[in-house]
Amino acid sequence: MGRVVFFLSEAFRALRRSAAPSVAAIVTIVVTTLLLGVLVPVLKASESKASEVRDQIGLEIFLYRDASGAEIEALEKKLAVVPHVTAAAFCSPECAKKQLTGELKGDLEGSISELNSNPLPPSFDLTLDDPDNIEAVRAALLPPNDAGKPTPISAAIDPPIGEDRENAQIIREVTADVKYVLIGISALLLVASLLLVANTIRLSIYARRREVEVMRLVGATNWFIRWPFMIEGIIVGLIGAGLAVGILWVLKVTVVDSLSSFNLVDNVSTMAFGPLVAMLVAAAVLVSALGSGITLRRFLRV
Amino acid sequence: MPLLKTRNRKGRSRDAGAHRPAPRRQPSPRPSGQPPLVSVEDATVVYPGGHVALERLSLSIDRGEFVFVTGPTGCGKSTLVKALIRDIEPAAGRVRIAGKDINSMPHDRTPYLRRRIGTVFQDFKLLPNRTVYDNVAYALQVIGEPRSQIRRKTPEILRLVGLQAKIHNYPDELSGGEQQRVAIARAFVNHPPLLLADEPTGNLDPETSIGIMQLLYRINRTGTTVLVVTHDREMVDKMRRRVIAIEEGRLVRDQAGGGYHDESTTEFAARIRAEMGVAGGGATNGRS
Repeated sequence: MGRVVFFLSEAFRALRRSAAPSVAAIVTIVVTTLLLGVLVPVLKASESKASEVRDQIGLEIFLYRDASGAEIEALEKKLAVVPHVTAAAFCSPECAKKQLTGELKGDLEGSISELNSNPLPPSFDLTLDDPDNIEAVRAALLPPNDAGKPTPISAAIDPPIGEDRENAQIIREVTADVKYVLIGISALLLVASLLLVANTIRLSIYARRREVEVMRLVGATNWFIRWPFMIEGIIVGLIGAGLAVGILWVLKVTVVDSLSSFNLVDNVSTMAFGPLVAMLVAAAVLVSALGSGITLRRFLRV
Repeated sequence: MPLLKTRNRKGRSRDAGAHRPAPRRQPSPRPSGQPPLVSVEDATVVYPGGHVALERLSLSIDRGEFVFVTGPTGCGKSTLVKALIRDIEPAAGRVRIAGKDINSMPHDRTPYLRRRIGTVFQDFKLLPNRTVYDNVAYALQVIGEPRSQIRRKTPEILRLVGLQAKIHNYPDELSGGEQQRVAIARAFVNHPPLLLADEPTGNLDPETSIGIMQLLYRINRTGTTVLVVTHDREMVDKMRRRVIAIEEGRLVRDQAGGGYHDESTTEFAARIRAEMGVAGGGATNGRS
């Protein structure tokens, strides 16, 4: 017990004495934690949005309106053996009209019933085992003919196939890119905080080299010498994380909560505040402990 | 079995204010079967860069001895002290403390070796932002001594070195001699069986130096082996103790001090003062 008090008092004494580098490290940790605190929920949200989009990725094959029942049956059999296709659901013009009615809302909903006839073509909805195989399936449905020109496997198919779904693919790729850029920035910031904590501890070791020398001379154990520095680093991390969490909470109350009444934010699934705070504090403490540990290994020969 | 044993003996007090004085004859006959406290065998220390600080140095010091190590600057005296506390390791040869080869024991045992060896340096190595009391208590804190023990031992040792009146002063409020007394108090607060002093009087005037030597002598009389490194040939010759002379890393003289006899600390100080021609000004350095 006496030891813990000793370590803590030594750590706080050191923090007071080297205030400037400590403040620099704390501010960097605040910025990093703050960015992580914003990025992680955003990443989470874009992830859930992306997977929503991803789940929608399938292939829709439109048929000519005059396709005969025999042609449709033959195509259904062919589709069943195309690799990566897990299901092929036929949708007649009536079924397509029903689907469209379900998707449209408000004023447009009534407009469907005003149509005299059903202009919608019959179609097959293909479900794929993995959206990444979309190109392979499309190639299988459009094998090149003798002249090398892609030709549908059935005369009933109205090409092109699945072009309208490419937007989904683009969204998917862009969100993935954004994700990588954000992860890259957070990684850089994490490294910066780690190095700044390491630097603070290094200065602290330098400022307390006499103490360290005396401790070694009178036979303090290695960990007894290291602990105050370790605790100093962790305190820096905790203060930084605490400030960042405070700012995040203010942001949440003033921005996110008030926006959510407009249904803008809360319809994307994101992280609860509690686990987010726990994760951020843990990350900040881990980073600062690592920073101290690295410096102690390098600069505190005991 | 503990690595080292302090040999504090209870005895009658001849010297007022002395801490557990133990009149004893020197050099002590080595108890049969007990290895010498310090034994250096053919130790060679080479610094990075190729400078050979010690070259096949061998020496042996028994328990209870008061030994001087002398030699010109850069001869390897301080390197010897560093080798004894395993601050540096010899490239060849052995350093044994109480029969144990200190360089073959695991590194995490080194702190425990250093707890049994007190060290004093020319530059005192006091912490300037702590009081005299805290400087001494610090040495106990960092080895995990319970607080009750710190509260008991610290004032006791400061009384021994004669600084009980300056307990709350900061080091820069003390004279050089007083600062060295604090350093000695810190080194001896655990009553280690071996006390190493590297140029303890290097920064001090002759009168103050005699006071420090007197204090070291008194510590020696409690049974502690004292090794004093100094380049002050004159002082050493007057002390009439064993002298080990090193030159360019080699042992050039190992001479048991001729003709000294068992004397009390006051007799000791009076004799040195007379021999060095320093006026015997009564109380030395705050010993009230």
